[in-house]
Amino acid sequence: MHIMEGFLPFAHAVGWTLASAPFVAYGLHAVKKRIRDKPEQRMLLGVAAAFSFVLSALKLPSVTGSCSHPTGTGLGALLFGPAAMAPIGAVVLLFQALLLAHGGLTTLGANLFSMAIVGPFAAAAIFRLARGIKCSFAVSVFLAASLADLLTYVTTSAQLAWAFPDPIGGFTASFAKFAGIFALTQIPLAISEGLLTVVIFNALARFNPQELQDMKLLPPQELRA
Amino acid sequence: MKCYQNWLLLIAVVLLAALPLWLVEKPAADADGKPAEIFAGADNKAKDLIGEIAPAYQPWFKPILEPASGEISSLLFALQAALGAGFIGYYLGVSVTREKIRRGIQHNAASPEKQPDAD
Repeated sequence: MHIMEGFLPFAHAVGWTLASAPFVAYGLHAVKKRIRDKPEQRMLLGVAAAFSFVLSALKLPSVTGSCSHPTGTGLGALLFGPAAMAPIGAVVLLFQALLLAHGGLTTLGANLFSMAIVGPFAAAAIFRLARGIKCSFAVSVFLAASLADLLTYVTTSAQLAWAFPDPIGGFTASFAKFAGIFALTQIPLAISEGLLTVVIFNALARFNPQELQDMKLLPPQELRA
Repeated sequence: MKCYQNWLLLIAVVLLAALPLWLVEKPAADADGKPAEIFAGADNKAKDLIGEIAPAYQPWFKPILEPASGEISSLLFALQAALGAGFIGYYLGVSVTREKIRRGIQHNAASPEKQPDAD
């Protein structure tokens, strides 16, 4: 999902940066407030960031014959709310943009928007919806994390299609082409991300039930499910 | 049950990553006789597609720092994963120990710990 350095026209680059900036600013504010109120959750915040670090470093092969990587933003979005993932995603993306030439500074805004804003907000919404229709905790986590991952890549496809509409078919044709690269490749990886997020949630629920309960993720009777 | 579930989930993840390596056949060499690439990065494919859709487009900014070679780049990716995995492992270790001590305190209150025999 990393749009490469310089590969978004200037106006788009500025536009996406302006669109992402308020989310990062609000997210920083939300994270600071959370840590001030509940300092014991600082370590868990680190885990959310670390999870995103690991997953976005793993480039996995997919059935389409190309490689891509998960995003790992679902975990943090469920633990700390979607806004908190914007600054965390910014750290991950900056690391990759500055040291790895993977993504870039000019495309940071657009990449932030897809990975650290659309993904986490989708995860939070899908989790609520799934819990609302009485899905089990594990199924809800799986759906939230994997669909958030997929939607991140759909967003990237839309961003690129908007910047580079097909000369004949316009936005739609171009979107279909980019989605063919990003979204199709991502389907098995999104499933992997969903499964891994369930694994880490299982571990957290086993050893840190108190924290999850404080975050109102688990009702008390499901703690030891 | 939870323990089995985690192992099954991890096996599923490994399979999802390993199966494509088997299933996808290497495409034949293209017209110029260049061997076709397989399992290239999707990001690169998107870059190529931009070149197809808008051949006139020139990237207007270059990465400030580019890894000197593929090896350096995989070093940095491995570093990224290791930092993340290290922290998660540390946190889980702390959590497990905390849970054990909590249980141990309750247990030891009833029966004081026996000294291990020296052989």
